[in-house]
Amino acid sequence: MMIRSLVNHDRGGQIFLLVLCLIGFLIPIANLVIPSDSMFHVPTYSVSLLGKYACYALLAISLDLVWGYCGILSLGHGAFFALGGYVMGMYLMRQIGTRGVYGHPELPDFMVFLNWDSLPWYWMGLDQFWFAAIMIIIVPGILAFLFGWLAFRSRVSGVYLSIMTQALTYALMLAFFRNELGFGGNNGLTDFKDVLGFSLQSDATKVALFVSSVIALVLGYLICQYLVTSKLGRVITAARDAESRARFLGYHVEYYQVWVFTISAVIAGIAGALYVPQVGIINPSEFQPLNSIELVVWVALGGRATLYGAALGAGLVNYIKTILTGALPEIWLFFLGLLFVLVTILLPRGLIGILRRTRLGGNNG
Amino acid sequence: MPSPSAYGVGAILSVFKVLVVILVLIINSNSLGSETEDFGLAIDALKVKSFAQKELAATKLAGLKNERIDIILSALIEGKLYTKKNSGDVVIVTRLKGGDFYLEHAATGENLGIVGRREAKKISVNNKLRRYLKSLQAVRQLNVRDSDGRVAAIEAIVKTGDAKLRSLIVARQDIEENESVLKALENALVVFDLESSDPIRRLSAVEASSNNLDSNVRGKLNEMAADEGLSLEIRDAAIASIKEIEKRVSRFRAIETIFFGLSLGSILALAAIGLSITFGVMGVINMAHGELIMLGAYTTYLIQLLLPDLIEYSLLISVPAAFLVTGLVGICIERSVIRFLYGRPLETLLATFGISLILQQAVRTIFSPLNRSVVTPNWMSGSLEIVQGLSITYNRLYIFFFALMVFAVLLVILQRTRLGLEVRAVTQNRDMAQVMGIRNARVDILTFGLGSGIAGVAGVALSQLTNVGPNLGQSYIVDSFMVVVFGGVGNLWGTLVAGLSLGVVNKLLEPFAGAVVAKILVLIFIILFIQKRPRGLFPQKGRAADS
Repeated sequence: MMIRSLVNHDRGGQIFLLVLCLIGFLIPIANLVIPSDSMFHVPTYSVSLLGKYACYALLAISLDLVWGYCGILSLGHGAFFALGGYVMGMYLMRQIGTRGVYGHPELPDFMVFLNWDSLPWYWMGLDQFWFAAIMIIIVPGILAFLFGWLAFRSRVSGVYLSIMTQALTYALMLAFFRNELGFGGNNGLTDFKDVLGFSLQSDATKVALFVSSVIALVLGYLICQYLVTSKLGRVITAARDAESRARFLGYHVEYYQVWVFTISAVIAGIAGALYVPQVGIINPSEFQPLNSIELVVWVALGGRATLYGAALGAGLVNYIKTILTGALPEIWLFFLGLLFVLVTILLPRGLIGILRRTRLGGNNG
Repeated sequence: MPSPSAYGVGAILSVFKVLVVILVLIINSNSLGSETEDFGLAIDALKVKSFAQKELAATKLAGLKNERIDIILSALIEGKLYTKKNSGDVVIVTRLKGGDFYLEHAATGENLGIVGRREAKKISVNNKLRRYLKSLQAVRQLNVRDSDGRVAAIEAIVKTGDAKLRSLIVARQDIEENESVLKALENALVVFDLESSDPIRRLSAVEASSNNLDSNVRGKLNEMAADEGLSLEIRDAAIASIKEIEKRVSRFRAIETIFFGLSLGSILALAAIGLSITFGVMGVINMAHGELIMLGAYTTYLIQLLLPDLIEYSLLISVPAAFLVTGLVGICIERSVIRFLYGRPLETLLATFGISLILQQAVRTIFSPLNRSVVTPNWMSGSLEIVQGLSITYNRLYIFFFALMVFAVLLVILQRTRLGLEVRAVTQNRDMAQVMGIRNARVDILTFGLGSGIAGVAGVALSQLTNVGPNLGQSYIVDSFMVVVFGGVGNLWGTLVAGLSLGVVNKLLEPFAGAVVAKILVLIFIILFIQKRPRGLFPQKGRAADS
């Protein structure tokens, strides 16, 4: 009931959900059931790639929630993504057990290598999946809450906030590069063996991870859609368009902003947690300011404040990235740079904006 | 252990011998004719059995003038000097892998081929002789033309710890003219005094060395403080002197740290000033600013490549060149992209970020991703020694003053010129300025060109301190934004103060926390600071602040 009411008014959202359900249903069949010599067979590599795109799309939706609807341009959303990924990575590291190079029952390889004799306290309990799952939500959530609480309460906004978020992810990147912090330093966490007892190498696990990512994307979309169509959504949109007016009407704008920012960070963290087992590594370069800004152009290309547009943009840009970095690695940065310039000048409302306008124009004419 | 009196007699004898050497040196410099003959004889004299006579022979040899003497003496010390059995020639031996000897004639350096090891007999030395030979060597080195060589010789003399050589140092002091050598001589005398057998002289030397930062003196003092055979009075004095020295050293370290901080800060301010102008005047977040800095550095590289004969002047040429190049690039960016985005700061951020990616990749494609080396001209290398133990490198010093100069020029432009007046008017109220007849578009172009040009100038300075590569700009962009935000947007003084103070804080934290943690702490500090004062140290006041 609720879902229908959510989706009904939005044609694009309906199509988006339908496509996701189809993909989530057909791809596993195409990979597992159809024999590998058939032309309809989808290789496992592509399944993982699509799973990666799904995680990016979820990340893009989380950014669209704050940028599109709150007007807060976060240049540090990659940090929340990476934090979720690191928690997941820690869980996966603990699952390796004695199968590491040094065969230590408790310590991951890099700690043995650094001559640590016991597990740091923040690694405790992460061998349990339920605990890791909670931490995936809590760690990015708390960071976002603290940051947002400090920032929005003192009304840091606009470009100042953007630069602060960029500094945040930059500081985290520097910190995670240090071996002393206990997250594997430069190399990060890798060489994962299995998740919940299933080998990460097997096709079935990869397909399962892909399906989970698609489900997470659908749920994430629905939650965000629910938020932005609820009363809370209207308040934050009002604050985006006229902050002072919203305040004069008696709304504590900063509370709404903090909560939306936190929820967005949690969704980004979940996307990161699903991303890590599919790519098999997490390292500090995920914190690079470049990653977070690249994410902004996905959303800008798809269309701000459309949610599914952000997901579309993420998929499109990353598909092009996969092709270009494979075939013409030199061209990729030129392309990305040009994309930034052209989208901001020519497509302020993104691809979805163009679609809507042509539809609108057609109706009028 | 020789008895004290025997030691004293030996000392007097040695001094006498060394003086003889000097005498011989002086006499022989006039009689060139019999020189080669004497040289051959002196070498042959080394073949005697008794060590005492070898000592005499070596002394004679050392008094002669021939470029091979040093080679022979060190060969003798290292036990490489042999007598060839069939001819009786003195030879220098290099041991080959199979155990055979490669021979070189000692007097002429002529190659005598490879022989079996039984064909030559070693000219043996004992420890006493070896010590004596080393001081002979040092004495010879004391007269070389190269002042660094003389300093090294003095070091060597001090290292022998041979009190007999003190008179040599005193003698040298009278004729020496080079300042650094004189200083080394002085310190050597202090070390000798510290080792003196006269307790009063010793004590006064200990007390006088409390402001001496020479490492030999400090080493000797530490030795004395730990030596339980010395009287309590001297040891206490030594400990007190060491404390004094350490206090001085730590004070110098503090000054050095602050200077490094100011140097880093001046670079940050230089990188951020251009950003502050464009941000403050036009509300444009120029993420490509770092890449403009990089272009400035590459301009320096190109100038040095094009004018290889003018390396000394290359920086002076590069400053205006880089200003023009990056200024023009900046104007192109403004005309092609930014003018469509005024009033939308977040969009300018994204678009200029795209430009920064394009510039980076372009440089990577044209110049390769590897770092390029930019030559440091002679007048910028080396360091300025303010007092002993406290020196400052010239490149950092010049860059510090250069940053101040750029700042002053900018200040004059903004406060005293027509353009500055227009820029300030546009900053305060864009619409009102236009109404008053200021052409906003022109001001925008010139401001952006100015800001970009300063980025290029900063790049010239940076090329002297860091690697010039495609990623040069990236590493400064976050820092520059921090400086701008910390200082208050559009405020030149704020940028300068913020840059310098962040630099100093960073360097002050570094010894305790390490470079990376210091940087993280500074970033966290700014994040917290912005919560308290969202508009920076020096916020804009008046109506402009409301927008």
